[in-house]
Amino acid sequence: MAKDENDSSGMHYLQSLPRRWVTIYIPVCIFVFVLLFPFYWMGMTAFKPDAELLDSDRNPFWIASPTLQHFSRLLFDTPYPAWLLNTMIVSVVSTFVSLATAVLAAYAIERLRFQGAKPTGLAIFFAYLVPPSILFIPLAAVVFKLGLFDSRLALILTYPTFLIPFCTWLLMGYFRSIPYELEECALIDGATRWEILTKIILPLAIPGLISAGIFAFTLSWNEFIYALTFISSSEVKTVPVGVVTELVEGDVYHWGPLMAGALLGSLPVAVIYSFFVEYYVSGMTGAVKE
Amino acid sequence: MLAKIQNNRNLLGYAFMVPAAFLLLVFLTYPLGLGVWLGFTDTKIGRAGSFIGFENYEFLFGDSVARLSLFNTVFYTVVASILKFGLGLWLALLLNKHLPFKTFFRAVILLPWIVPTALSAIVFWWIYDSQFSVISWVLIRLGLIDSYINFLGDPWNARLSTIAANVWRGIPFVAISLLAGLQTISPSLYEAAAIDGATPWQQFRNITLPMLTPIIAVVMTFSVLFTFTDFQLIYVLTRGGPLNATHLMATLSFQRAISGGALGEGAALAIAMVPFLLAAILFSYFGLQRRAWQQGGDR
Repeated sequence: MAKDENDSSGMHYLQSLPRRWVTIYIPVCIFVFVLLFPFYWMGMTAFKPDAELLDSDRNPFWIASPTLQHFSRLLFDTPYPAWLLNTMIVSVVSTFVSLATAVLAAYAIERLRFQGAKPTGLAIFFAYLVPPSILFIPLAAVVFKLGLFDSRLALILTYPTFLIPFCTWLLMGYFRSIPYELEECALIDGATRWEILTKIILPLAIPGLISAGIFAFTLSWNEFIYALTFISSSEVKTVPVGVVTELVEGDVYHWGPLMAGALLGSLPVAVIYSFFVEYYVSGMTGAVKE
Repeated sequence: MLAKIQNNRNLLGYAFMVPAAFLLLVFLTYPLGLGVWLGFTDTKIGRAGSFIGFENYEFLFGDSVARLSLFNTVFYTVVASILKFGLGLWLALLLNKHLPFKTFFRAVILLPWIVPTALSAIVFWWIYDSQFSVISWVLIRLGLIDSYINFLGDPWNARLSTIAANVWRGIPFVAISLLAGLQTISPSLYEAAAIDGATPWQQFRNITLPMLTPIIAVVMTFSVLFTFTDFQLIYVLTRGGPLNATHLMATLSFQRAISGGALGEGAALAIAMVPFLLAAILFSYFGLQRRAWQQGGDR
């Protein structure tokens, strides 16, 4: 932000440079170090050969001879690629399902203002506050009764329970910021509500759609307890569950492949996030502010 | 007919609500009710139960492991939430200062929150390993300790280690949300305060904190909610051990219901979390109300 440089508003020039170092820069560096260290450690371990991993006389912060053996083991000797594919399918489909239903719901609540729209909006907000850890036991029973147990469809249909409330709530805020006048003009020109939604509201709400989509995608990628409860066969597991339940065998922990699995499983969300940081932050803070 | 529906707000509104309502009613509202019902039955996996009234709750109340899990959950939530709030607010205040590479810092700091918790928990598991822990390695090299710390093997060490991992993951959310709140505070307030001779602490106490209260209330409600119902971190790091010292109500209900097969008992344990969550939500709601009134708002 270049405009901050000559902004008259800040009073930061009142502080001397050494004082700024002690009170601001050093604490920030410590925070960043602590928050990022586990990622450094994850990467370090993933590329370190076993001999170095188990040798405690060596400096553990660096690798003498990096190796890809953990990755090759992971990709060729475990069902890891299948887990990646499952996670991708489940996340993408449930995100799209949730977005589509949330757009309709948010438009109905915020713009059509049907009778009972306000209580419905409130109910959606409360639905967002219901945590998965009190739902998973009865949901397991429901999933079993519907014959969905141990299938990707179980996850695709249950993830929207936390995605729809979030997306609807976020999109309601976005729709609220679009002026009514646009819609009224279109109505006078004879557009139907459906045309207004698809040709006026949605194009204007694209930033909101991206925020909601990115957020929903990361939430479903990170989901754990439903995937752990509703899935039992190895080939339909998701990455977080697969890594935790199948790569840990017996008392000998294969730290290399485990860390390689964690690294590969984190990369897709990290990459997507890095492209859409601003949308992500606005989605997060937008949901909190309302 | 179609034209009529398209011009009727109510009909069209209900039509638009159908997909969301269907998914939420079948997979959220119904299971929630079913969970309450299961809590009053002795259902096991593969066997339909019958109504037994409050027996599950009575049993859990007398069960020392369940009581320990309640204590653990409250301890975990209180300590982790206070730490997340304190450190998160501090980080937000730091980032709100004029920093070089501010956008970069902000982006990087959110990483712990983006990455799947189960996967970052595995990294913490490796960092806490009893034989190869890097923390122990550094402390030994610095001469501060003589033997490797048993992070996850000792009850209190395990509690504190899991809290540390939870705080690590929670700080970014608190910090970035509060930062968004800080950025909406007009700098002229601080200038006026500085001219009146207010110290930095007075400025923080009398400007920053009151202006930030509404966002703090919401952020901390979410944070408390997520911490209280946390599952993945404990499941990956300790599975509730050692000696059930880190069992939270969520992990214990998973163990009883899914691993142990006692669906009714597990459901009762999960439902027992609801009063606590309601208390947290109401607390934040009334905190918000007070602020709206103070600002002269009528929302």
